[in-house]
Order: sequence, then structure tokens, then C-alpha cells
Amino acid sequence: MALTLNVNNTSYTVDVEADTPLLWVLRDTIGLTGTKFGCGIARCGACTVHIDGQAQKSCNTKVSAAVGAKVTTIEGLSNNSTHPVQVAWSEMGVPQCGYCQSGQIMTAAALLSKRPRPTDTEIDEVMVENICRCGTYLRIRQAIHRAAEIGTR
Amino acid sequence: MTHMEITRRNFIVTTVAAGGGMMVGFHWATANAAAINAKPWLNPTDKDGVEVNAWLTIDPEGIVTIRVPHTEQGQGALTSVPMMIAEELHVDWKQVRAVFADANRHVRNNNEYINMSTSGSNVVRSRHPHLMQAGASARERLKEAAAKAWGVPRNQVVAKDSTLTSGNRRGTYAEFATAAAGIRLEEEPKIKKPEEWWLLGQSIQRLDVPLKVNGSAQYSIDTRLPGMVYAAVKCCPVPWGDLKSFNFEAIKGRPGVIGAYEMKKVPNLTGGPDMQSGVAVVADSYYRAKTALDLLPIEWDLGRNANVSTQTMAENATRLLGLPGEALGESKGGDVFAMIANPGTNKVVKAEYSRPYEAHARMEPANATVSVTADRVDVYTPSQDQSAALRLAAAQSGMDPKNVYVYTTFIGGAFGGGGGGNTAVTKQATELSKQLGRPVKVVWSREEDILQGKQRSPHTSRFEAVLGANGLPTAFFSRSVGTETRVTSGIEDNPYNIPNKRFERHVVASHIPTATHRAPGTNQNGFIFEGFVDEMALAGGWNPLDWRLKMTEGQEDWQVVLQTLKDKAGYKTNLPKGQGMGVAVMEDHASICGACVTVNVTRRGVLTIEKVVVAINSQHVINPLNCTEQLEGAACWELTHAWMGGLDLKGGQFTNLNFDTYQMMRINMMPPVEVHFALTKGGTWGGMGEPAGPPTPAAAANAVFQATGKRMRTTPFRNHDLSWT
Repeated sequence: MALTLNVNNTSYTVDVEADTPLLWVLRDTIGLTGTKFGCGIARCGACTVHIDGQAQKSCNTKVSAAVGAKVTTIEGLSNNSTHPVQVAWSEMGVPQCGYCQSGQIMTAAALLSKRPRPTDTEIDEVMVENICRCGTYLRIRQAIHRAAEIGTR
Repeated sequence: MTHMEITRRNFIVTTVAAGGGMMVGFHWATANAAAINAKPWLNPTDKDGVEVNAWLTIDPEGIVTIRVPHTEQGQGALTSVPMMIAEELHVDWKQVRAVFADANRHVRNNNEYINMSTSGSNVVRSRHPHLMQAGASARERLKEAAAKAWGVPRNQVVAKDSTLTSGNRRGTYAEFATAAAGIRLEEEPKIKKPEEWWLLGQSIQRLDVPLKVNGSAQYSIDTRLPGMVYAAVKCCPVPWGDLKSFNFEAIKGRPGVIGAYEMKKVPNLTGGPDMQSGVAVVADSYYRAKTALDLLPIEWDLGRNANVSTQTMAENATRLLGLPGEALGESKGGDVFAMIANPGTNKVVKAEYSRPYEAHARMEPANATVSVTADRVDVYTPSQDQSAALRLAAAQSGMDPKNVYVYTTFIGGAFGGGGGGNTAVTKQATELSKQLGRPVKVVWSREEDILQGKQRSPHTSRFEAVLGANGLPTAFFSRSVGTETRVTSGIEDNPYNIPNKRFERHVVASHIPTATHRAPGTNQNGFIFEGFVDEMALAGGWNPLDWRLKMTEGQEDWQVVLQTLKDKAGYKTNLPKGQGMGVAVMEDHASICGACVTVNVTRRGVLTIEKVVVAINSQHVINPLNCTEQLEGAACWELTHAWMGGLDLKGGQFTNLNFDTYQMMRINMMPPVEVHFALTKGGTWGGMGEPAGPPTPAAAANAVFQATGKRMRTTPFRNHDLSWT
């Protein structure tokens, strides 16, 4: 069926089943492949996007649930990687293989929008949703603190 | 706001425009540093400059484009290879661009890039001679070109910062690139000694970082080709079993479904497993293919391994530990059996350790996109060896390898899981594209990825040692059981000066395919062997760190690592109950790496790993920043398996197939990691991506013993009751 989505401030009309996970509509139908598939059961966080500013796993969010909402993917987080989280991620050289990092960045950006100066514990409570197999967790934590500095400067 | 209408009919055109595809050009990142593009596999053409040799081009602006014959899987090859070549060429780092080398050219030109495999911590460790040689050779050709033009001997031309000078004569590399390309040197130059480096040895950020913070880095799974369809695949859940039947009628009418296809077993050249027997459902989107496959009635003949389980394998290992095994060459001294049987007043220490199967569980699930046409084959796959992927796609499609093109995409984690050309899924995509006559992208679900991945071998070892009057071992015996010869890695070649020792092993057949797994062999045995080392030291009344220093006396490469840990880590054995520190050390990929781990265990048995200190002797370090990141990552990698991992085998198949049941360390479990380089700067270059894995869990388990008095001899740690009173 035809559904209209607002993704990164662009309106897309897509012809998919209403129960299709948002992840696959973003990746395969629209072609925004920065959002990654990792587990399909909302346990790794690689598919995290923002829906009306909230971090959500797109692999278990039906596309119909995103109709009428504002969806933001990694591609739409900022122009030219200027979001404080992206700046901090670049400065700290966080990504290794990089596959999980779109999800990590989207989770971190949503955290900072609610808690501009999070503690380590607050970071861990939220970022626990996202697996990194390369083990970049230390630099993720440091980069979130750095992003907080940049964002509140 | 713009609006895009995406219908089935205009799908292909729109996605090429929106998502990119083979037709879309590319532009260099404009950062003020060396740079790469989101699609660095699009091979440089003549417009990128003059090809001085196969490894690099120089354009009129002086931009040097370096062709990297290895994959970027997070370990930094796309930066370290250009660094090694730029060191010799002496080009301003800001003028450097990197692209992946062309696998087709490599195969066509008789392995022109020497070796395209990315594995075994080899890229810097073993490949630096020919990579640096490529840069040195280009530099000498440029100098020779200038020397000829200026009528001076080559040794009076200086090549520095992309500029050639001799007296008051001056020219750029770009000006002399064309002439240099035509020059043949009588003798190739030698590569630089470490003390001559100007670029190597500096901390330089990886070039791929900017592409990995905005979603632009292109992975194999992101491939989108015109006319492409999607396949979801299920193979027999018990490896080597067979598909009996499937009922396509049940899913035929589902939206977008194109067909269901049998996948036939294809063993590889050595008889090992590649493509297993199974079925693929093809549809016009991955989600439609996958949901249809989940509904497809399938009957399997599980074959003769359907009763194998973790328990039956453990029982078999226990039986074999009682039977003589193959004695290994490192054995020496007298009859250790007699010494153990008749120890007199000496103490005998005995223990048995084991580790289960573990999966790679790369964040990017196995996938491949292949287009087979009448005259060429195009392949996108997260392979750790593009040339191997090329050859196997050629074999599966029947195409001459000269007409097969493999694109080196970014890889969402490798760890050994993409070795040999990412075999099974690449063959599946090739076979399906051949049958359908259009590009096919195969994506394995996470469950299929773990079920059909090639796993890390389980290891079991039994140890016995006699301790002499000073508490140090005089006789040592080990017998190991595993599914590969690496079951004794790090044990048979341990550094400890024990006068009488005997190492045995049993290598047993298993239906579970195995592969290398970031520090293969030593990762399992770091925990297994260095745990027992701790037991020997404590039984002999020794401080475990002092024991290791004593037992490696005279071996400078080991002593610097252990002494650095002693100086820096503050190792103590007298902490209050519930707190503990542990040490361990292991050689892996020619680096000696030690770890000191601090833990806290609550009375109720909740374990916190508070700190990891790593000391490594790789002899040389070309990029301390990247090396530090690799050491942090490898420590996390192996703590993950030791603490949280463990695949369960039941009914011949694995049962914990996704991150809900095959668990990973997460950020809240991650300890700080402090890194120290303890370098002897000799003739060996050690690896960096893997060696921090093996010692770290052993040091953690040894710390837990100090904290609780409980000795963990199996993993995962989470299965142990660590409570204390």
C-alpha cells in the first residue's frame, strides 16, 4: 500500500506492506543505507534512527507507525557531519569497522538532546542498547563527553 | 521539502539517483588531510594521474593516489598502507589519497599486488617490505628522471615533500611523474630502517573515520545495482545435512516473491565446507524474501551429525584426555610421566580447562551481491581476500577469472569471518545470479549468520606439573583436544624455562566448519594455559608476576613486557577479599602481549572488571594511535567471549543464534584499557590487531581467583557462581 513518510525533511511515498519494518523501507526502498541491519530483533542498535526526536530501533518499528512522524537517519542528522556528536566522533576517531556507528551516533545524539551533560552512568544506561563488536566503547564514552562540551559551548 | 514518489515501476531509476550505484561518480572528500572516498573501490583511471607503478599515481596537482591491496575492516589498513608507501615516497600526507587496488588486475597480471589477503595481522607485520619497496622504487624513479633531465647523478637529487631538488634546480613529483614511469632501475632500492622514518611512528588518525560518522561509507550490504533482486537463504541447520524438499506453493502468491531455488552443496578445493545444502527465496525486496522464507515449509535430512551436542563433544574430549595423543616437537627433557607418577616429596598440580565454540558475529551479517552476465561477473562481498572471492565467483559461474570484477567495499567487522573470499554467501549469490540472469543480493539473517558461520574451535586441555623444591616446575605435561591443530598454540611454544616437558594433542573431526577467529588458537589458550600457569605459581608459593619474570629469565622480548607490567600496573596480591588483580602473557602473531586486570566481585558474585593494563612488545609501531585502538578493541573482543559468550550445540546445530542469547559485552561492562608499548626494536615486526585478546581473559580469571578464591577453568564467566562469604 502507498504510505507517505517524512525522512530527513524529505517526503517519500512508498509502496510497501504496512507491517514492513521501517529499516528495510529506509534501506531498500528509499536507498538510505547509512542505517544498518544487525540483528533484526532490536538487540544490537545498529538500526537506530530518530522518530520525532526519540531514538528507536527501526528493525522492529513498523513503517506504518512512522507515518505522520518526523524520521531522522544518520544521513539527516546534520549537513556535512556538523552535529556535535559527529564532530566528537571524528575528533576522537571512534569508528573502527564503523558498521555499528550510525546507530551509536543516533543513540548518543538522542541522549544529549535530553541530557546535555550526561555522567558515565547515564551514558552507559542509554548506550547499553548498542553493540560494537570492534570494542570502541571507551572512545564512545569519551566522545559523548566531548560532544557535550561542543554542544553546550 | 522535496518529495519523492517511489513506486515499483520507477524503483530502479529512483534508487540509482538516491542511493547511488555503479553509475554514480564520486568526489574526493575535501578535508585538509589525506583522504578517501565513500566508495574507494572505484578504481582510479588515467584522469587521476600518471601511474608511476602499480601501487600509485601522481596527478598534475601533486596528489598521490595510493592503491591499497588490502581490506579496511576497522584495523586501519586503508591508512597504514598509504603511510608505509608515503614514508618512502616522501610526500606530504595532505597530498595523499587512498583507493583499493583492483583485484581483477591483480589476478590478470599474475598476482601483481603480491598478496591481497587481509588476515593474520599481516598487513604491516609481513607485507611492509614490499609495500615500502613500492614507495621507495617510485621515489628513486622520480629522482632518476630529474637526474637525467638535469644532467646530474641520481644520488645528488633529493626527494622530499613531493619536491625534487639538486643544487638550485627544483621540480615537483608531478612534473617528473611521466618520465619516472618509463624508467627501469638497474637495482631496486632498499627500504628505510626505522631510525630513518619521518612519517611512520606518528599517531595519525585513520582516513576512513570521516566516512563512518555520517553513513556515507559503503559496505557490501549497502550495494544497490540496477535490476537487483534480493535473496534470503536457509541452509541445513546441521552442517552437511541435506535439503529434502520445500513447498513453494505455500508462498507463491506472496507479494514480490519471484521464486525459490535449491542451493546445492559445494565443497571447496580442500574438501572443506563452502556452500551447504539449502534453499533461497528471491523477491523484489529483502524483507519480502525473508518473510516468505520464514513461511516456506522445508524438510531437512539432518544427516549423521544430528545427535552431536556440546555434551557429547565434552564427553569425547574427556575420553581422549585419557588416551595418548600426538606428541609435539617442542617436548623435551626426561620422562615426565614417571616424574609425575613418582614425585617424591614434590608437589603435583593438575587441572583441566576448556572453552566452547564461539562465533564471529560480525556486525555486518554475511552478504554478497553478484551480477553474472554473458561476458562478465561483478562481485561485492565483505571478503578478507578479494582475489579469493574473484576466483571462487569465477569457479561458481564458470566465467574466466579475467572477466570477474570484485569490488573492495568497507567491511563491517572481519575477525577471520570473511576469510577465503567470504566463501559460502559469495557462491550463493553467484549461483543465484547465474540462474536468474540478473544481479542478486543475498543477505543472511543474524540467525543464519551464526548458524552457518565458520566457528572458532572448542579447546580442552589437561595439565599436570611437578613443582621442585623452590616451588618452580621441573616437569610439565599437557594433553589438548580440539578440532584443529591450533589447539596447542601458545601452549607448546610457551616461553617458560621448564626442564622437562611434554605436549600432546588430539585433533578430532567435527561436522562444524571452523575458521580463524581474531587471534585463533591463542585466544582460547590464553585463558586455558595462563590460568594453569597461575595455579602452578601460587601452588609453588610464588607471586604470579614474579614467577613469570623468573621463568622467562634471559628472554629479553618477554622480560620487557612483564617488567613494564610490574612497573606500570601496580600488581598486588594482598587486596581485600572481593578485590583482585591478575596477570597473564602470551605471544600472538609475533607480538608478546601481557595484561594486568583488576576486578571487583561482590559477595553475591557480581563481577566488575575495573581496569585492564596492556603491555605489548611488537618491536615496532608505525601508528601508536591506531595500535592503541586495536589493543583496546582486541581486549574487549576476547573478554566478550570469555565473559559472555559460548555457543550451545544441541541436536547437531547451534541454538543461541542472535544477540538475545549469544551475548556480547556492552558499554556498561567495558573497563578502561591502559596501553604501554614495550618495544625491543629488533628484526621482527609483531602484529597489533589480535595480540591483546589472548592474555586479557586469563588475567581477569586470575584476578577473580585472587578476589574470591574461586578458580574458573571454563568460560563463559557468567556461568560461574562467584559469590563468597
